[in-house]
Amino acid sequence: MSPDNYLYLAAALFAIGTAGVMLRRNALVAFMSVELMLNAANLAMVAFASARGNLDGQVATFFVMVVAAAEVVVGLSIIITIYRTRRSTSVDAANLLKL
Amino acid sequence: MSGAEITFWIAAPLMVIAAALGLLVFRKAVYSALCIAFVMINLAVLYASLDAMFLTFVQIIVYTGAIMMLFLFVLMLVGVDTPDSMVETLKGQRGSAIAAAIGLLGLIVFGIAGALNGGPKVGLDAANAAYGGNVESLAALIFGRYVFIFELTSALLITAAIGAMVLGQHARTKPKATQADRAAERMRRYAADGVHPGTLPNSGVLARHNSIATPALLPDGSVSDASVSPTLVSRGVIVDAPAMSQITASAFDQVETAQEEDQ
Repeated sequence: MSPDNYLYLAAALFAIGTAGVMLRRNALVAFMSVELMLNAANLAMVAFASARGNLDGQVATFFVMVVAAAEVVVGLSIIITIYRTRRSTSVDAANLLKL
Repeated sequence: MSGAEITFWIAAPLMVIAAALGLLVFRKAVYSALCIAFVMINLAVLYASLDAMFLTFVQIIVYTGAIMMLFLFVLMLVGVDTPDSMVETLKGQRGSAIAAAIGLLGLIVFGIAGALNGGPKVGLDAANAAYGGNVESLAALIFGRYVFIFELTSALLITAAIGAMVLGQHARTKPKATQADRAAERMRRYAADGVHPGTLPNSGVLARHNSIATPALLPDGSVSDASVSPTLVSRGVIVDAPAMSQITASAFDQVETAQEEDQ
């Protein structure tokens, strides 16, 4: 099976993730959309690795997962910190960097 | 149709539907998180069909097991019923956002379609077999050609862990009240308003009820409001203590009349 269909699927997931970031006001759901976009890129890289017959794409995907895990930890603690001071996770509520 | 194709045509529509429902339709963030976890599991299935066994399990353990469950923890922490506002802060933002997403999809899809040359798929059998298996071959790359990047990720992970700890700390806006402070506050209220400084009375112990919803009776037979939690009062689950004590009183009356008749 050629990688075409996997790439189209990755494109669709990436577009859904973009729409989620732009549409949703809840910071957590917007963050999940970013995760979906990362995963779409991962899928494209794994499909390319399979099509090209070498494993560099899979290694890149592995490093993307490491970065995503670190990013989620920091991002969620930022969301919790903002929630503590503003009692809201809406991205509209956070219009100042300071308390 | 090969096995990989069948897997793809089962998993791909499910993923797209779950992602679109979860991120664009459902208003409750928990539904979104569960839908995205489902998408992650389907991605792991697709990785398996693409001969990436190591990434399959990393996807399930790290993404579905750790990241999405961390999302769920945080959702429970910040309150699952935090409403997602439907107010459009910018006029026409929703429509233009959907149009932009569809435009982006078209751009990527036609870009891919134009660039694909339909070359033969090489497959990973040879690459995986080079060092004995998928995990071994990946390890040869990670600890060989990409070892410096691998070392750098350790710095990234330590920075992220310290960052999470620093952000997780929270400075108190007012100092924590000590036992001495609370005692002084009780005495101040006693002096100012006459509030009893000692412990509150227990709930009532009657013949048929001794639950915390039973108010204690004062010596004159009236109900002591301080003996039950205000939460239970507002829920309206307080037992009618004077009526309960009437049962005891009438029972005593019957016993006494019977004893008088015997004499």
